[in-house]
Amino acid sequence: MNKYLERLYNGLIKENPTLVLMLGMCPTLAVSTRASNGIGMGLSTLAVLVLSNLVISLLRKVIPDQVRLPAYIVIVASLVTVTELLIEAYLPAVYEALGIYIPLIVVNCIILGRAEAYANKNGPLLSVMDGVGMGLGFTAALTLAGAVREILGSGSCFGVRILPQAVEPMGIFVQPPGAFLVIALFIIIMNAIGIKTRQRQLVESGCDGCCANCAARCDSGKEAAK
Amino acid sequence: MNHNLLLIIISGALINNVVLSQFLGICSFLGVSKQMKASASLGGAVIFVITIASAVAWLLYTYVLAPLGLEFMKTIVFILVIAALVQIVEMFLKKNSPAVYKALGIFLPLITTNCAVLGVALTNVQNGYNFIESVLAGFGTALGYTLAIVLLAGIRSRINEEDLPAPLRGAPIVLIAAALMSIAFMGFSGLTF
Repeated sequence: MNKYLERLYNGLIKENPTLVLMLGMCPTLAVSTRASNGIGMGLSTLAVLVLSNLVISLLRKVIPDQVRLPAYIVIVASLVTVTELLIEAYLPAVYEALGIYIPLIVVNCIILGRAEAYANKNGPLLSVMDGVGMGLGFTAALTLAGAVREILGSGSCFGVRILPQAVEPMGIFVQPPGAFLVIALFIIIMNAIGIKTRQRQLVESGCDGCCANCAARCDSGKEAAK
Repeated sequence: MNHNLLLIIISGALINNVVLSQFLGICSFLGVSKQMKASASLGGAVIFVITIASAVAWLLYTYVLAPLGLEFMKTIVFILVIAALVQIVEMFLKKNSPAVYKALGIFLPLITTNCAVLGVALTNVQNGYNFIESVLAGFGTALGYTLAIVLLAGIRSRINEEDLPAPLRGAPIVLIAAALMSIAFMGFSGLTF
């Protein structure tokens, strides 16, 4: 397979950031109340991720290794600010629905994670494709979670009523507890059909690479253990 | 006035619990809650950092960003301030109170990109809180975080002894426990003054 297509496949399926790597749980749980929210959040993150991968990949030989994390954070935060202002100006409905979670894309683990794991080692084109793949994977997972919660919780999908009127939707699924339940359900299904996820890292090690600092610590800890 | 301030703390800690209803700080909530002692220490560190960060973020926003008309820079400024603040707190504790540092030290870097810290700073600005309200909102939110993580750690220590079906082991059962806690916390939304 062509190596650019391979990045897309990797992000969408093989290393899906949400379902397999278990990164970026906060936005996944928070905005998946409706399928359309999932698409909005996913595409906003995709835009930031592609641009940050591109910029970081282009600057990878310029940024000194010791200060790379602060440099990445500044780059990502600037891109998020630009994205936030654009969404506020052109898509006020999305801005209204996602609220505080748009600026919080800055601390989305997927973005710093890809910068550390991919963009600072690879060329700009491949990094962009990696960003597109990961962004699409994130969008797909969020939309799926949003669709499941919307169908169960309000009986509709993308705002279109699909359950018959006689069926009373289970409102709990669009409330906060539903988010935990649906994600738990996804992991149970993946476990049951034998797909390996990084869920251990999520609940066992105490550091899932979420914050760049402790990702670095984890790696140095692992190397020391070797 | 006191009435209002109390409401801000209670709303931050219970009604709008930062983890269970706003989903901020999920990573450390799920990751660290394996051990009770570590959870309590992390909770202490989070209370410390969020309270200070809310104060500093408010001062910066009101006296630097707003007069210069740079409100749109708040995300960049806040994240850098929080990262720097955590470093300073870490160095300060290391030098001045080694005992506290020993208890909280390893958790401090974990907090830098904990979205709860940035989330509280941004929400305070959005809600137009004054200085005291911001600090109290930060404190209340952090209190809610600590409560949630300590409770989950308690539940997990019991779950560990149960014989679960294989697909449920690990993350799913923890998420289900969190869902049940979240249902319980929804009961607080009936609290009115």
